[in-house]
Formats: sequence, structure tokens, C-alpha cells
Amino acid sequence: MPKRIESLVLHDSSTPTFGDIEKGGSVVITSLETLFDQARAHSIWPLTFGLACCAIEMMSTVAARFDLARFGSEAFRATPRQGDVMIIAGRLSKKMAPVLRQIYDQMPEPKWVISMGACASSGGVYNNYAIVQGADQVVPVDVYVPGCPPSPDALIYGIMKLQEKIKRKEAKTFKDLRLIEVSARTQEEVRA
Amino acid sequence: MGLLKDVVKPILGGMTLTARRAANLGKNIVTIQYPDEMREQYQRSRWRHYLTRYDSGLERCIGCSLCAGACPARCIYVEAAENTDTERYSPGERYAVRYEINMIRCIFCGYCQDACPTGAIVLRKDFELANYKREQFIYTKEMLLEKYPGQNLEPYRSKVTGVEAPIYTG
Repeated sequence: MPKRIESLVLHDSSTPTFGDIEKGGSVVITSLETLFDQARAHSIWPLTFGLACCAIEMMSTVAARFDLARFGSEAFRATPRQGDVMIIAGRLSKKMAPVLRQIYDQMPEPKWVISMGACASSGGVYNNYAIVQGADQVVPVDVYVPGCPPSPDALIYGIMKLQEKIKRKEAKTFKDLRLIEVSARTQEEVRA
Repeated sequence: MGLLKDVVKPILGGMTLTARRAANLGKNIVTIQYPDEMREQYQRSRWRHYLTRYDSGLERCIGCSLCAGACPARCIYVEAAENTDTERYSPGERYAVRYEINMIRCIFCGYCQDACPTGAIVLRKDFELANYKREQFIYTKEMLLEKYPGQNLEPYRSKVTGVEAPIYTG
């Protein structure tokens, strides 16, 4: 059964901030979470989701010249069960969008999404009936990497931005938190 | 003798390759240690836009919207206003009061650069553009306009480490 897509309604789709929802918290758990975040940030395994020409640059990012393994992300996984970050590389057609959403739902939490390139982030030049105008209409996107396609170092910069975000504890993708935030926002929208 | 041929010889062969690689350790390294060391940028590589100034400090942009017309992704928005003698921004009659580029939709083709009659908009080497929110990608005129004449010609420095990116020459 397909899940409801909450972020389709709201355009601001990145993952919620943990601190925004719940101020304070346990000291012990917080310290442990800091440790976990360090571990998560330095071993984000990408899920292969090459859709178009951006995938060529994504592959060359893993190759010897740029060597994504220096950031602990060398293990590209073809299964969503072992991926931490989904790199949407290429234009996302409307026919592919349900597949993307299903694979995103199959990834274990915590999970992140990098939207790579102009087409995945906003549609780019393909402002037509076939292409989703921004992958954030289907899945919540954490980091956008502009470029057509982004060079491997630009993608590495995006991955470093994601690492910063994970370490700052802003990328906690607890489904409950997202639902709380979404419901709060929709109530505000209804009132407005 | 099966043992020598099937066991010892392949091991020695493999170890020879390892030894040859170990002897070359430190030479012929292809990996670029990206945040600490920048890849050389090609002379015509196109990334982030700049709105340039004349040496006098006046803006080159005259708000003609030819860049917006040439843009295949329709990511440029220009709004022009008239110059007056008291408030003069550009040498021509008009200047761009608003100039916005949606950096997330831009495909960095450089057609705006080609279309510009005054050479106001140029694409330079700043490739580190990734960010978290969609709103952060609307680059306004304040962000695009260089602070002083010739700022866009300076070599690009990494946002992470401040290392200078060399220009590829031959």
C-alpha cells in the first residue's frame, strides 16, 4: 500500500531539526548521540540512484582521482536496506517518482537525500510534462548540489555539507518528529 | 611437481606485483586530496555568476534582459530602472534594480555570458555551491555583484580550507 507523502504539500522538505522540536533532553543520551552522529557522518554509504548523466560524475567521484572513500562513502549499495544517503543523480521523470519514493521508504532510518544537479533539484531545462520539477516534491531533500552536471569536487562539497549537517544533529530523520512538524505546519497553514 | 607450479609460483607472482606497487609507493598518486588541495580549473570552466563593474566602480549591467532571454532554463530575472544624475549605477540609461538567478535551475551553459552586450555577467570558477534549502539558491543582485572592480578575476579559493585553485595551463 503506498504511503502518504506529507512533503508533497509543503515545499520546504528538508528533514526537521531535533532541537527545534524538543528543547533539552537527557545528558547521557545526548553525549551518546554526539558519538553516534560522528560515526554516522563519517560512514555515510550512498545508495546508487543514477538516473541520467549526473550518474557519470557520481561514478567518477568514487573513482581514484577524487576517491570518495576518503570520506567513508565508498561503498555504493544497490539495495536500499544498506544505504544511508540516496544520491538522486539525474532528471526524475514522473514515471520514476513512485519508484524513487518506494526505495526511499525502504531505506532504514536515519537516512538522508542529496539532490544532485539542476534536473533533480528543480527540473532544470526540462520544464515539461514528463519531469518532476524538483525531487523534493517526492522525498525530503537534505542537500542540493547545483550544476549541470556538478563536477566530482562539487558533489564532494555537498557530501561535506551533509556531514556538517549530521554532526550538527539537524538531520535526525525520526519519522515521528517529521510527522509532528508537518502536522504543526499544516495547522498553521490552515489557520492562515 | 604440482606443489611448485600450482601453489608457490602463483603466490610469488602475486607478491611480485605487490612488491612492485610498494616500491612505487608515493609516486604516481592520482588522488586529489580535495578540501586540502584543489584540482586545477580549466580556463573556460563555468560556475557561479558574477556581475562585474567598470574600473570606475560603475556597474556594467544595463538591465537589458538579454541574458534572461538567452537562458534556456529561464532562471534569470531582471528588473530595470532608470538612472538619474543623482543616483547613477551604470553608465547607460538604465540599470538592473533587481537581478536574480535561480542557481538550482541554472545549467551553467554560459549563454547569458555570450548574450550580454556589456560583458556584465560572467561565469567564474566557484563550484562550491551546495546548500540546504531551496531559498538559499536564489542569488540576488547583492550576492552576484562584485564588491570592487576585478574581484571576479581573482583565483578561486576553497570555502572549506581557503586553498587556491590553480588554473590549468597546457
